[in-house]
Amino acid sequence: MILLSPFGALGRATLALMAVVGRVALFALTALSHVLRPPFYGRELGLALLNIGWLSLPVVGLTAIFTGAALALQIYSGGARFNAEAVVPQIVAIGMVRELGPVLVGLMIAARVTSSIAAEIATMKVTEQIDALVTLSTDPMKYLVAPRVLAGLIVVPLLVAVGDVIGIFGGYAVATGSLGFNPAAYLKNTMDFLELLDVISSLVKGCAFGGLAALMGCYFGMASGRGAQGVGRATKGSVEAAAVLILAANFLLTGAFFSL
Amino acid sequence: MIDLTRVAKSFGENHVLRDVNLTIDKGSSMVIIGGSGTGKSVLLKSILGLVTPDSGTITLDGQDVTKADRDAFLARFGMLFQGAALFDSLPVWQNVAFRLLRGSLKKPRDEARAIAIDKLRRVGLKSNVADRFPAELSGGMQKRVGLARAIAAEPEIIFFDEPTTGLDPIMAGVINELIREIVTEMGATAMTITHDMTSVRAIADRVAMLHDGVIQWSGPVSQLDDSGDPYVDQFISGRAEGPIEAVR
Repeated sequence: MILLSPFGALGRATLALMAVVGRVALFALTALSHVLRPPFYGRELGLALLNIGWLSLPVVGLTAIFTGAALALQIYSGGARFNAEAVVPQIVAIGMVRELGPVLVGLMIAARVTSSIAAEIATMKVTEQIDALVTLSTDPMKYLVAPRVLAGLIVVPLLVAVGDVIGIFGGYAVATGSLGFNPAAYLKNTMDFLELLDVISSLVKGCAFGGLAALMGCYFGMASGRGAQGVGRATKGSVEAAAVLILAANFLLTGAFFSL
Repeated sequence: MIDLTRVAKSFGENHVLRDVNLTIDKGSSMVIIGGSGTGKSVLLKSILGLVTPDSGTITLDGQDVTKADRDAFLARFGMLFQGAALFDSLPVWQNVAFRLLRGSLKKPRDEARAIAIDKLRRVGLKSNVADRFPAELSGGMQKRVGLARAIAAEPEIIFFDEPTTGLDPIMAGVINELIREIVTEMGATAMTITHDMTSVRAIADRVAMLHDGVIQWSGPVSQLDDSGDPYVDQFISGRAEGPIEAVR
């Protein structure tokens, strides 16, 4: 029996994981169905767009510009080992647009937005505001979850686009300012090298990451336990889940777009 | 009339409601008393559909509440929550007029605001409170706003969950008086859960005591002191000794 106990524990953990996956999938489908069905809460959507999109611009911009600048320095010094310093514009562009722009924006959104959504909804739950919504004939999935998920799907691709541009600009500023690149040639190389598929993949990733980030915040908030500890656990769990799912989705989407 | 028949609800091994039978007559004010953790809130939430009973039936005017049209059913109710449960992100008037700004009872914004201010006045708050946020109000003011929200759509049935918890005795008295006045003038059916005996005597037409998952006793408030039930006697006198086990 003792020898079999690790298998039992593994089985229980697998079943528990499957149960969570099922609950999250059901939650996601319910949320998406509410996105498509009236009534729609325009004010809530507007506030979510403002919070997820506009108010995230500073952190996204700063993250992108420093990443682009550091990337240019790395490629220049790394490329110097085999006389390939000239590829800085191309690699910064492809690195930011295909990979670093969407992933870093996604992770920043997970840190900034997922946590705040989870904390807000969990607090509403422990203070009975969710119950109050129900007694006021308002479905919390429609009023709280659907606008936030829709806002994530709409606005995060735009943030990714902004992050891509600012990241490329960060590389441009370092390359032309201290590495001796010609500004016009740098921009031309960047534009010539990027393909439409690179941009599309970036925006699709942004859409997926935005949806995942908002969904995890809402799911953990709605599933929160009681008291301050429940809110804390919900917030921590939402960020962990969003970050891992964003990185996993990034791998799958990169494979789908670029595997030969 | 609200009728509960053999209602039971457990959370794991914790059998909160075992066999609850209770009738609340139309237009009457029923107060449910009982110690902390005896399932009073679960009972109230079961009627509203916030908690699903494991067994038993709950009917409103003869119709099973689980089979009623949800929107129409909930439109008949107003509820004051223990902590008021005001929406932090909305100003006071939008909290009060929440139901009037959306859904089947939607009214033009100006009209909804006017009704909200009228209801705020009814609970003793001035119109300048309307544009403040819940976090800027004291506990007593939040309760009043919660009460104004509960009555904003003129519901037929109003539930009060521990309406005086956390308030000083004077404010508790004010809230009790308001509840009694409002329920009387609206002709509403009221159900209150509390363990504040001052509230019970101020609000109730009838009293039911919930203990160990069943209604231990019920009767008119006038008979509360002469119920002859040892559980009720111990509870209303606040004695540690008696059939109700006191956790020390």
